[in-house]
Amino acid sequence: MSLFLIVALPFLGALLPGLMNSAGRAATAGVTFMVSLLAFIGLLTNLPAVWAGELVTARLDWIPLLGLNVTLMLDGLGFFFALLILGIGLLIITYGRSYLSRDDNMGEFFTYLLLFQGAMVGIVLSDNILLLLIFWELTSLSSFLLIGYWKHLPEGRQGARMALTVTGMGGLAMIGGMLLLGQIVGSYDLSVILQSRELIQASPLYLPALILILLGCFTKSAQFPFHFWLPHAMAAPTPVSAYLHSATMVKAGIFLMARMWPVLSGTPEWFVIVTTVGLITMVLGAVIALFKHDLKSLLAFSTVSHLGLITMLLGTGTAFGTMAAMFHILNHATFKAALFMSAGIVDHEAHTRDIRRLGGLRHLMPVTFVIATLAALSMAGIPLLNGFLSKEMMLEEANHTVLFGMPLLVPVMATIGSLFSAAYCFRFISHTFLGPQRDDYPTTPHDPPAGLWMPPAFLVTLVVVIGVAPFVAEPFIKMVTASVLGDAAEVPKAYFKIWHGLVPALFMSIIAVVGGLLLLMIFKPALAIWDKTPRPEAKTIFDVLIAAVVGLSRRIIAPLHDGAFTRYAAIMAVTIVGVGYHAWATGTVGAPTRAVQPTNFVQIAGWLMLVAATCGLVVLHRNRLLSLILIGIVGLVVSVGFVFFSAPDLAMTQLTVEVVTIVLLLLTLNFLPNKTPVESTLLRRTRDGVIAIGGGLATAALAFHYLLRDSVAPTISDFHLANSYKGGGGTNVVNVILVDFRGFDTYGEIIVLGIAALLIYALTETLLDGPVRARLLNRKPDQPRAGGMHPMMMVVMTRLIMPVVLMVALYIFLRGHNQPGGGFIAGLVASIAVVMQYMASGFSWTSARLRYPYHGVIGAGVLIAGLTGIGSWFFAKPFLTSDFTYVRIPPFEKFELATAALFDLGVFLAVVGAVMLSLESFSRLARRAHVRDSEHPMDIDPSRDQDKAEV
Amino acid sequence: MEILVASAIGILTAGGLYLVMRLRTFPVIMGISLLTYAVNVFLFASGRLTVGAPPILTDATTYADPLPQALVLTAIVISFGMTAVVVMIALGAYLGGDDDTVDDQPVEDAQ
Repeated sequence: MSLFLIVALPFLGALLPGLMNSAGRAATAGVTFMVSLLAFIGLLTNLPAVWAGELVTARLDWIPLLGLNVTLMLDGLGFFFALLILGIGLLIITYGRSYLSRDDNMGEFFTYLLLFQGAMVGIVLSDNILLLLIFWELTSLSSFLLIGYWKHLPEGRQGARMALTVTGMGGLAMIGGMLLLGQIVGSYDLSVILQSRELIQASPLYLPALILILLGCFTKSAQFPFHFWLPHAMAAPTPVSAYLHSATMVKAGIFLMARMWPVLSGTPEWFVIVTTVGLITMVLGAVIALFKHDLKSLLAFSTVSHLGLITMLLGTGTAFGTMAAMFHILNHATFKAALFMSAGIVDHEAHTRDIRRLGGLRHLMPVTFVIATLAALSMAGIPLLNGFLSKEMMLEEANHTVLFGMPLLVPVMATIGSLFSAAYCFRFISHTFLGPQRDDYPTTPHDPPAGLWMPPAFLVTLVVVIGVAPFVAEPFIKMVTASVLGDAAEVPKAYFKIWHGLVPALFMSIIAVVGGLLLLMIFKPALAIWDKTPRPEAKTIFDVLIAAVVGLSRRIIAPLHDGAFTRYAAIMAVTIVGVGYHAWATGTVGAPTRAVQPTNFVQIAGWLMLVAATCGLVVLHRNRLLSLILIGIVGLVVSVGFVFFSAPDLAMTQLTVEVVTIVLLLLTLNFLPNKTPVESTLLRRTRDGVIAIGGGLATAALAFHYLLRDSVAPTISDFHLANSYKGGGGTNVVNVILVDFRGFDTYGEIIVLGIAALLIYALTETLLDGPVRARLLNRKPDQPRAGGMHPMMMVVMTRLIMPVVLMVALYIFLRGHNQPGGGFIAGLVASIAVVMQYMASGFSWTSARLRYPYHGVIGAGVLIAGLTGIGSWFFAKPFLTSDFTYVRIPPFEKFELATAALFDLGVFLAVVGAVMLSLESFSRLARRAHVRDSEHPMDIDPSRDQDKAEV
Repeated sequence: MEILVASAIGILTAGGLYLVMRLRTFPVIMGISLLTYAVNVFLFASGRLTVGAPPILTDATTYADPLPQALVLTAIVISFGMTAVVVMIALGAYLGGDDDTVDDQPVEDAQ
């Protein structure tokens, strides 16, 4: 099966559980299981190729300019982890089906689970480190959802937040590290990076990259000092803990260290950092685990400890250490997932996980007892179980590791860690299952249904099989090790066997097991001492830190971001002017290259009008109706300016937009107060005035500066001028640019315009559905209404004019390609024709005669424009390639037919629809408000009165 | 002539900025409209000023720069859409809350 499909299946499948929710719990779990099973089988189909040492790849360019490609690869290491993720996933789904209660939303749970599964598979199959980062973050997000699945539990929410914060920060660090790595190598593809060991290790950026990447790995894999989030994540439902926090997500950090092992390891920095952190984590986790009373907390800290062990093995940088690490990953996944599931069973059946309230369960739950005991003994390192084998290899490796020049340091610490590890395993068994049966369990436990015990039983079978016959796992682990090592080192020859002779590792093992038993005997006094020792509480420190960071952010943000729009506007204006000034002051300014053009009286008159209107607007803005008139003057002068400066298209557009804008603002003013009250102090107005004048001066200076200078680089305008007629078949270059050269831009713009109109429509609908409706209905107009809402003269005039205006619109549209005009302007003109009918004859009369809804008009416009563009595909040309020809149909003159005209028709329709839908929405508000709208167009209608007289 | 256009842009900007910093929605909308004019003319002027040579191909040799014109043409239409949306939001806020101030009240004042 294609690697793409393996990664995509869980993501696509994540859509299903939610849909299946109403079909029942069995169906929901079943469909989730099937999705995972398909991906699992798909993975297995790749086994022969992987086994033969081939690199299975799949490649799809995504954003090649950024070096971000969807490239996937499957080698031994990726296969191993994908197998764990999908295989244990199947067991977890089975287990989760029985574990979740009827009150839990199963569809939601399995959706999150599949999202997580997909993200994990994505991590282990990524061949591009940027892609890997995306999946990495996705696991953080989906695990956040899973940990916080029981939203009603505060611990769940807090635990989820803590996990997200810690792993998210680590992820951020890792992004930095990966980018550095990409910078060093010049590629973000893992297959290239893995070949560049010398280049990377010689780079001065090696150490920062290493530290940043390790930060990501350590946070994800709960290494000291970031180990504290894992126990708090135990508030998650047990299937989540068993899946994420034993077998998969916490191993993502380990995976990455293994993945990067060939290029990052082998240096003193790697050795010291990774081995030390691993060693500390291993011992610390084991010691804390012994004294935890909550079964899941105990297992969580033991997971921390075992992750430390694996990290330490990877840190040694030897081939044997790596092989031991891979073997232990497999073993740990089997026994720890089984243990979590057993703890979940106990919790599920006895309704408590507090080890102090348990004990004597072996007769009540014999099946669970056998499963949990075998798994725990394996974790303790008892022979004939798989944990023993990898622990022996770890101790063997520890014996050869010299840290900080002290040959005894690592072996002694490793033995102490193993000793505590054995002790908490024995405690787990004896305090839960052994001892006398009690009569104060919250509920009397018994063995669970098969759905709960089968999955851990399967894992424990593996524990025993590998433990008794290690040669079963040997070829597989060696294959995985070979792919981790790459060309960096040879796979060790050492065989996996139970009896290695009387080697030091065996004695260390014996010390650990016997010591563990002894420690358990003196557990009570030890616990008393432990309880008395003051320890830093990670959660308190974390909470204090977070509170401090939040406080600091708040202090920075509050003055800037206090909800006052005016303040944002002021800050923005000052900042832009400041930055602009800096650029001006530090850059070089060339001498003027253009002559100043002469000024005549008309221009000065226009300028004076504009200045007077603008200043008047500012001074008189409290009178809102007056300010509308003044802004109309500004718009007119700008239009005239466009005419004067050789932009007839712009002038026509500005003029028509002006009309519809004023209609719109008049409609609005109908509701808003007519006056703006004086609220700001004189000081504030002075401040705003200073900022405004500063901004104005800056803009004027900038404009004046470039008006007197030619552009530094040649512009692309000449190309448009030269090719407009030849290539686009039109002499109006502006129109040809809009519908042809930059047709795609225009296409986007009409879509934006349509969306804006739909947004206005939607807002109106929302308003009219809400409490505003009642208010509008009861609203009394604050001004006396003029009589005669639909004067006869105006009604008759607008109707007479309508066909004329539409004809003008058609004319403007048709000539647009060669003369000033085109779809935008024609659309606006046509809109004005319709708006006039609304104004003169009333809303009801016009609406009743409306044949097509405006939404449909917008849609038709966008569709026509789009189809015109797609049409060029049939001629094997890119989207929106235009063509034109000239035809002559007697008795007409020769005329042009261009596909661009069809596109322009789309623009026309979209503009008409958008403008009309906006205005119609506003007037719908007005209609509900106070107008007794009659269906008669005219207040005084001689013909109607005549009809009445006749009746 | 250049000084007239440049100063007009500056005055439109200054007026727009001042009105945008007012406390009620309607003057802010007026201010945004003024800024729109300013920006459109500013962009248009980036093609430099040409009198009597519209970019309609004839036998002439010089034409005004068509590119900023095309850019500004769509900008004018889009700015209508934007104004309409802003006005709608302002209107909705006023009708819903009977208040047309633009600034959030500080929390302690609201009580």
